[in-house]
Amino acid sequence: MSGVGLDPKTAPTFPMAAKAMLGDTQLRKNVRHATDVIQEKRARVVGEMPDWQELREAGRQIRRHTMEYLDFYLEEFEANCTRAGGVVHWARDAEEARGIVVGLVKASGSDQVIKIKSMTTEEIQLNSALEAAGIHPYETDLAELIIQLGEDRPSHIVVPALHKNRQQIREIFQREMKLPELGERPQDLADAARMFLREKFLRVKTAVSGANFLIAETGGVCVVESEGNGRMCLTLPETLITIAGIDKVLPRFQDLEVMLQLLPRSATGERMNPYNSIWTGVDAASSGDGLRDGPRVFHVVLTDNARTEILADEEGRQTLNCIRCGACQNACPVYRQTGGHAYGSVYAGPIGAILTPQLQEMHHAQSLPYASSLCGACYEVCPVKINIPEVLIHLRNKVVKQNTAGVAGLFDVEAGAMKAMAMIFRSERRFRAAQRLGRVAERPLVRRDGQGEGWIGWLPGLLGGWTQARDLEEMPKETFRDWWERRGRDGN
Amino acid sequence: MRVSLFITCYNDTLFPETGKAVVRVLERLGHMVEFPRGQTCCGQMHYNTGYQAEAMPLLERFVAQFRGAEAVVVPSSSCVAMMRDHYPKMAVASGRAELIAEVDALLPRVFEFSEFLTKRLGLEDVGAYYPHRVTYHASCHGLRNLLLGDGPMRLLKAVRGIDLVELQGLEQCCGFGGTFAVKNADVSSAMLAEKTTAVLNTKAEACTACDNSCLMHLQGALHRQRTGVKTVHLAEILAGEDGVGR
Repeated sequence: MSGVGLDPKTAPTFPMAAKAMLGDTQLRKNVRHATDVIQEKRARVVGEMPDWQELREAGRQIRRHTMEYLDFYLEEFEANCTRAGGVVHWARDAEEARGIVVGLVKASGSDQVIKIKSMTTEEIQLNSALEAAGIHPYETDLAELIIQLGEDRPSHIVVPALHKNRQQIREIFQREMKLPELGERPQDLADAARMFLREKFLRVKTAVSGANFLIAETGGVCVVESEGNGRMCLTLPETLITIAGIDKVLPRFQDLEVMLQLLPRSATGERMNPYNSIWTGVDAASSGDGLRDGPRVFHVVLTDNARTEILADEEGRQTLNCIRCGACQNACPVYRQTGGHAYGSVYAGPIGAILTPQLQEMHHAQSLPYASSLCGACYEVCPVKINIPEVLIHLRNKVVKQNTAGVAGLFDVEAGAMKAMAMIFRSERRFRAAQRLGRVAERPLVRRDGQGEGWIGWLPGLLGGWTQARDLEEMPKETFRDWWERRGRDGN
Repeated sequence: MRVSLFITCYNDTLFPETGKAVVRVLERLGHMVEFPRGQTCCGQMHYNTGYQAEAMPLLERFVAQFRGAEAVVVPSSSCVAMMRDHYPKMAVASGRAELIAEVDALLPRVFEFSEFLTKRLGLEDVGAYYPHRVTYHASCHGLRNLLLGDGPMRLLKAVRGIDLVELQGLEQCCGFGGTFAVKNADVSSAMLAEKTTAVLNTKAEACTACDNSCLMHLQGALHRQRTGVKTVHLAEILAGEDGVGR
């Protein structure tokens, strides 16, 4: 599978990709419907909680504290995980992480792996690395399976295939599972996926998972899910390889009390996930009577991949508090129009707009911090209170600094206009002169409408985006301050 | 009370009627309005687009113009949000103790127009008459940053003659977002289309809000589509009086 269209290094800018998505009416309808349903469910179960705001604050405090002492908690996790029979690996970047996982799978003696849905494996593009090494990965999450069989890419953190509707999924299954007679009821599709996956669960001996949380106090790993496929991957295979960003750690087991209330409600509008799995190390008794529950070999790959750089940035740091619930995506009016692929990143929506540029160390995805109207809906729903608009503005400042540095900056049209405007606003006299000049400059563009009012239907250059769908009324003959002064003089 | 008016750069230039309406309402309520003439812009456009350094002198200018004010009234929720959310941080970043102190002292006296009426003066009925069918759009900054709540609606409900109709998706962003409307024109237009459809569905003659930036955006599309629906700032509705033409 090629990662091209969704690699931020090669992806088109957000405005360009969004334009293509806006033309896909089926996709927009699917995204709108899915986000509406999830938002409505979320609002209902959040509304049941009398202490939701206190829970959000508790969630924020836990995450902030963890980030402040991240090195300490990671080492605590490593010690406790190792004591329980796990093996902890550290990966500096995506390439190192891919290398470690591929090596571990090869060492397990398997040329196939079953996978639990994991955004981190998407982030480091693990599947293509496995395939290049002759290892076939099978996604077992229903949505990820649809994505994999359809040679597509996830468009949502929690509901990766939310841009597809039932008919489209049926077509993919008919083609890829060779089931020409497949019905179109949800039950038929679920049955087909179940049959397809059951064979993999029973046969493949090596599994790869992500992690929702790593618990420092116990060395345990927590995965929450809705379908039970994850539980199968965690208990059946002999080798389990978990890959997690270093930001996934939680200090205490008890912190799950807060997180497991916030996460499912925000993510899928459920009070509790149907499956909550926490496993610690290996099953020590597995060799004796043949009865066993859990892997005999367990590895955790702790992946940095630019997270320490994000941690070092005081204003960007709160991005790492994210628990990947996707609520910001469902609430975002921009995401709701375009779906996830326009973001050119595995992390789409508001969180993607702040996370991806930082993961890419700002060299790529410069358009993402601008893919927001700053309406604040994302901040309002975030279960750990990440002030996404604040981080967006911080990243915009970084973009401006990059683009205006050196000689090239002198020729940046936007920067030139912004600096000129700032000069004008620094003096009342210059501001008034600019207001008068504006009235003169707009004159050739103004047309009279049926009511005799003057309107501009076309603007040149950067401002042309405005007149694409909107007119602009001509400037009034008199500014407010001119009126105020005239009124003072005339005494009325 | 002596009320200082910060009109904002775009209201001054593009929507003087809003400013006149604010003056009319405040004077009708018996307050004295003053207009510090050195005022220009709050710096929101620069700050939000990433030009933080350019916004700084505008903060200083605002403080210099209004430091002696008893109350500052601003007919724009997004400009007030800019000040409340970002001025304190900017002052701290400047490292100047006297600026930090001045910003902290001034901000509690800065009010968005509807907020000044409902929260500072405790009013709902300002004696307005406006015999038209109207729908209200809650601007994002008013809703989420200033937490205006139902204040603007309570003011509107007290207007005599008004036929107030609820807007579907009241809390959805209209898609303006300052430079977003230009940088991401296609997405902005798609968001706008949803909003104008909702407005047209109400069969209202006019759509109102506490922010002329949202309204300018909406008005542009409503005119382009020749809908005949107008946009009008909340202050202009509240300034309406029996027997006085707008």
